[in-house]
Amino acid sequence: MPKDGIGASTKRREDIRFLTGRGRYTDDINLPHQAHVHFLRADVAHARINGIDTAMAAGMPGVIRIFTAADFAGVGGLPCGWQVTDREGQPMQEPKHPVLAEGKIRHVGEIVAAVVAETLEQARDAAEAIALDLEDLPAVIDMKAACEAGAVKVHDDLSSNLCYSWGFVEDNREAVDQAIAEAAHVTTLELVNNRLVANPMEPRVALGDYAFHDDSSTLYTTSQNPHVIRLLMGAFVLGIPEHKLRVVAPDVGGGFGTKIFHYAEEAFVTFAAKELKQPVKWTSTRSEAFISDAHGRDHVTKVELALDADNNFTALRCLTYANMGAYLSTFAPSVPTWLHGTLLAGNYRTPLIYTNVRAVFTNTVPVDAYRGAGRPEATFQLERVVDKAARELGVDPAELRRQNFIRKDQFPYATPVAVEYDTGDYEATLDTCLGLADYAGFAARAEASRARGKLRGIGLSHYIEACGIAPSNLVGQLGARAGLYESATVRVNATGGIVVMTGSHSHGQGHETSFPQVVADMIGIDASQVEIVHGDTANTPMGMGTYGSRSIAVGGSAMVRATEKIIAKAKKIAGHMLEASDEDIELKEGRFTVAGTDKSLAWGDVTLAAYVPHNYPLDQIEPGLEETAFYDPANFTYPSGCYICEVEVDPGTGKVEVCSFTAADDFGNIINPMIVEGQVQGGIGQGIGQALLEHCRYDADGQLLSASYMDYAMPRASDVPNIAVDHSCQTPCTHNPLGVKGCGEAGAIGSPPAVVNAVIDALERAGKPVAHIDMPLSPARVWAAMNS
Amino acid sequence: MKITMTVNGRPCSGEVEGRTLLVQFLRDIQGLTGTHVGCDTSQCGACTVHVDGRQVKSCTMFAAEAEGAEVTTIEGMANADGSLSVIQQAFQDHHGLQCGFCTPGMVMAAAALLKDNPRPSEAEVRAHLEGNLCRCTGYHNIVKAILAASGQAVAVAAE
Repeated sequence: MPKDGIGASTKRREDIRFLTGRGRYTDDINLPHQAHVHFLRADVAHARINGIDTAMAAGMPGVIRIFTAADFAGVGGLPCGWQVTDREGQPMQEPKHPVLAEGKIRHVGEIVAAVVAETLEQARDAAEAIALDLEDLPAVIDMKAACEAGAVKVHDDLSSNLCYSWGFVEDNREAVDQAIAEAAHVTTLELVNNRLVANPMEPRVALGDYAFHDDSSTLYTTSQNPHVIRLLMGAFVLGIPEHKLRVVAPDVGGGFGTKIFHYAEEAFVTFAAKELKQPVKWTSTRSEAFISDAHGRDHVTKVELALDADNNFTALRCLTYANMGAYLSTFAPSVPTWLHGTLLAGNYRTPLIYTNVRAVFTNTVPVDAYRGAGRPEATFQLERVVDKAARELGVDPAELRRQNFIRKDQFPYATPVAVEYDTGDYEATLDTCLGLADYAGFAARAEASRARGKLRGIGLSHYIEACGIAPSNLVGQLGARAGLYESATVRVNATGGIVVMTGSHSHGQGHETSFPQVVADMIGIDASQVEIVHGDTANTPMGMGTYGSRSIAVGGSAMVRATEKIIAKAKKIAGHMLEASDEDIELKEGRFTVAGTDKSLAWGDVTLAAYVPHNYPLDQIEPGLEETAFYDPANFTYPSGCYICEVEVDPGTGKVEVCSFTAADDFGNIINPMIVEGQVQGGIGQGIGQALLEHCRYDADGQLLSASYMDYAMPRASDVPNIAVDHSCQTPCTHNPLGVKGCGEAGAIGSPPAVVNAVIDALERAGKPVAHIDMPLSPARVWAAMNS
Repeated sequence: MKITMTVNGRPCSGEVEGRTLLVQFLRDIQGLTGTHVGCDTSQCGACTVHVDGRQVKSCTMFAAEAEGAEVTTIEGMANADGSLSVIQQAFQDHHGLQCGFCTPGMVMAAAALLKDNPRPSEAEVRAHLEGNLCRCTGYHNIVKAILAASGQAVAVAAE
């Protein structure tokens, strides 16, 4: 293995530019003659638009043009990429999602008008002079109230606020009901998965440009998947064919899901640049981000777990209300359904599972995928209800889990919720984590805390996730309107250096470092000889981008397949040059050798011959050394792991401090352990944020109360402990060439229930048992629960 | 109005409005885009720079207030030969950054901390980062990098 091959903690090459201020983020790009747009956004949640008077604003200094919905009459709505079929077999209700508000305002933050001016300050000043004639309407914010008969409708043209009522697995419903009716014990829990704002540190930016000379448009945007944006915006919104549209997502400052989606601002600047024949730029403020980036989570769930007399799980039944917000964001319908219902088996052998998910329109910002997307919601309800069952039955939560685990010898394991886990070893991660966290020694630490006047608790969770999204033929059957393969072009240059053009996109994951490790390992050259190109539709093959922990599992696999083609062709060239059969050629440490002989050629000798084909089998193969592969996975990957959290609760204030956090994950094979550990720690930081701090809250009128960092509690350095991470348990994925499972979301999926279980444990040990506290476990909520 | 200041050792001047923020002067007029804007309430710290040796969020200051000042940004933090400074190198060695957006502010905050407190405790590092948000790392490796940059022994990443 070369020193920077698979398994090496290679330092990240991209760090150099980020550490010296030379990153190139979208907002760092400015074009000649660039205009700026300021969006006038709704400050009420629900209103009829009777008029927009732009006359005064249009005459203000620097104003180039003011746009309203009327200017977008010939433009499509923002498309939804996933159609869910309801329990009756009918398609979901799918309202139009206009670029600028049409007729009605449906959430605070919706764009009502757009002012393009020479400077941003001029655009802002002019927006203040626009007069809106609005007829206020009552807002519908609470999901259950939105479902009641006679509720105010978010969309007048829909039959109700119910987007869909989805049943899964519908054929199991009666058997689940019966098993619960006959169970020796049923544990019931009602819980909220709190609404979150993803908050990547880089706010969204969109810069549209138009080129006269070839009638082409370019969009620079903060996206996790530029090809997806090009397809959605070009084909469905603006009617620009792909060959006339380029989308560039350069350095992107974090995504976490919310930069997957196609947003109105992207379509606007592309449209306006073409209309005005000059570049138009929008840079989101953080205040705008809170009311325009798609939010995450926001589920209200009732979960029931049935057990027999021997504490075996016999059935699970769930009812979830899932908030869609005012419009369907790009992948919103898939999150509470296929990314959620299919994970409800968790790590367990529960034979019967049924869930009903009711997706609801409300006068709030659209909700879509946020790190984990559906899988954290499934894990939270499952790992909370299992923990509660253990407390009700008086058994150790770790042992109740162990008893019900899918055993190592049962893989591949088909769950009752339509997926087949390929590999796993749940007892191994459980035991590793129990050991690392010194679970057995907890009593002494609890005693020490008690001596300090603190209540100590320990909580664990054992998660599963489905990553590597996804097999196209499967997700197509489930309603996806896209294929979910990934692509790579491997271009070997004449002197042996390699450029890999990938459809994956890095916005913090370190692909520029980890992807070359794989290619370098396969060929036996130094990783510094391999460069990664990503984020520009003009120079990468059509790819689906980065989300769902899919980059190495799907994008990495495409790169492996393309590199395999390269090696096969290079061996043919080498065979010709060495006068041997290509079947006898071995490639090791960057040299081609005829097996059993000392005849060999260096990598660079063969790559040069490919481009200078003087001594070359031109009758058999073409010159050149460049190959493309599209990889469509055969199955999801199934990372799993155990997380253990210890907390101290201050009995006087209810404040929770996370004392320690231990993670033992099974990600299959690992390319760069340093990067993997960083991904887990970051995900856990976000999970601790969800469990203890973060809460996106609306008032009854639809005003966002937590609309800035003054009110939305982001985790800070003092809120997160050191996080011990172990990845020694490795059951490689069986169906991708690298045996990798993906690690990007695990931390955010597994950690919230571990934190909540620890707080519940602390209160129970202190003689103040409570069934549940909804996240975030703020001091006020914990104190109230303790003193109720 | 026209203002003049020294940025990373070089005299810089430009026309600004009274409402122009220091960060706008640095990014939009001087083209020093390493200093980032992550919020509009002076909470995130991505715009942290040094003004006359003190750590300042450059979104909290009007450009005109920095008239005549010595300003250092992330572009001025590398060694004279262009190699990474001790703090920058520690961030790379300990994987103290992912997306890189908060990183300039983190490095500037770390430099200010270590200037005043050359061997901080872990708790002091975490307390000092109160005004700098990171969404990627969970802070674990940022704290480790700053402790390492102070010369204190910490475990190397992924060992």
